[in-house]
Amino acid sequence: MGDEKAAGKKAKGTVFVRSEVCKGCSYCIEFCPTDCLEFSKDFNSKGYHYPVLARPEDCTGCDLCGLYCPDFAIFGMKFKDLEARKNAGASGGAGG
Amino acid sequence: MSEDLARFEDVENPVMPYLRQERIPHIWCPGCGIGTTVNCFARALTESGLDLDKVSIVSGIGCTGRVAGYMRLDSFHTTHGRAIPFATGLKLANPRLKVVVYSGDGDLFAIGGNHFVHAARRNMDLTVICVNNSTYGMTGGQVAPTTPLGATQTTMPYGNFENPFNLPFLADACGAVYVARWTVFHVKQLTRAMKEALLKPGFTFIEVLAPCPTLYLRRNRLGDGVDQVKYYKEKSTIKHGADTKEVGLGFQSDIVVGKFVDRERPTWLDSMNQHFSKVLGTRFQPWGGSNGED
Repeated sequence: MGDEKAAGKKAKGTVFVRSEVCKGCSYCIEFCPTDCLEFSKDFNSKGYHYPVLARPEDCTGCDLCGLYCPDFAIFGMKFKDLEARKNAGASGGAGG
Repeated sequence: MSEDLARFEDVENPVMPYLRQERIPHIWCPGCGIGTTVNCFARALTESGLDLDKVSIVSGIGCTGRVAGYMRLDSFHTTHGRAIPFATGLKLANPRLKVVVYSGDGDLFAIGGNHFVHAARRNMDLTVICVNNSTYGMTGGQVAPTTPLGATQTTMPYGNFENPFNLPFLADACGAVYVARWTVFHVKQLTRAMKEALLKPGFTFIEVLAPCPTLYLRRNRLGDGVDQVKYYKEKSTIKHGADTKEVGLGFQSDIVVGKFVDRERPTWLDSMNQHFSKVLGTRFQPWGGSNGED
């Protein structure tokens, strides 16, 4: 049933992970509203398993993972925002 | 999918412009909730639309005291417990600044308890964010004024018998104009509360419950940071306008969260200007903080 659902489904967004600063606290995995993240099999240079997008078709880019992450290692973006950024030629965030 | 994403390589975490990136990764333990509150604070700053050159952040000592060092704002890492006096001086010397005090429960309520009480009484125009992890994290898990009854700490190996503070009640009784409590589970609500507190003049106070996995949770055999956040999720009830007398915390008990107090009182500076203008008339020049800028 899961596969049938997945076949017709299109991801609305995605997540970006900076694996090197992740400390493997699993907040993002636990509190993802669509349950699309999982621990990676790999680990980073400090030995922590970081999150990966295991079910990309479920991701809505809601950025709740970004709001929970205590290490600023993950954040989500909606594809429409990403496209808008690209078209506007923006790079990075505001200020700096 | 990966080819798709390659086009977005330059995309940066929206929180990054608010952080001193050369200091990341930070020193907080895996599962510590302080980073989450910083995330919420950065987003609240974006949403509040405040001019970041006019925002400064002051913190004391402790794990939460490190926040001032990680935020790319005018920041001040003060002596232990004295974040509020420093912030008061900053605010009164330059009233156009928005001054935020960001510190822990031990720093604000044990070492700096007196300062908190009087800043709230005077209604000094500050935003105070207290990250309450129920312990002294940085110094090794000693019992704090917020440690719930029965919790084991390094200085209370047989369980704590001292009655803890009920922080929203204390702030309410002292006269804070905005009092809210959230946990690191309630990220959206916390962001909104921080935005409201930043935009409200007067002494605004937010208590954020956060897990300390290394010292509080491990010593009490409560699992990892994520287990405590799951507990916040299960046991907290949102009750806006609840009587602050009834929102005290017990050991792993039910938690009442929400916006408890939102009232209007003249700030210290407004009261002073009004009072002296009345008493001294034209001999008094009201202090609005142009500070030579115009």
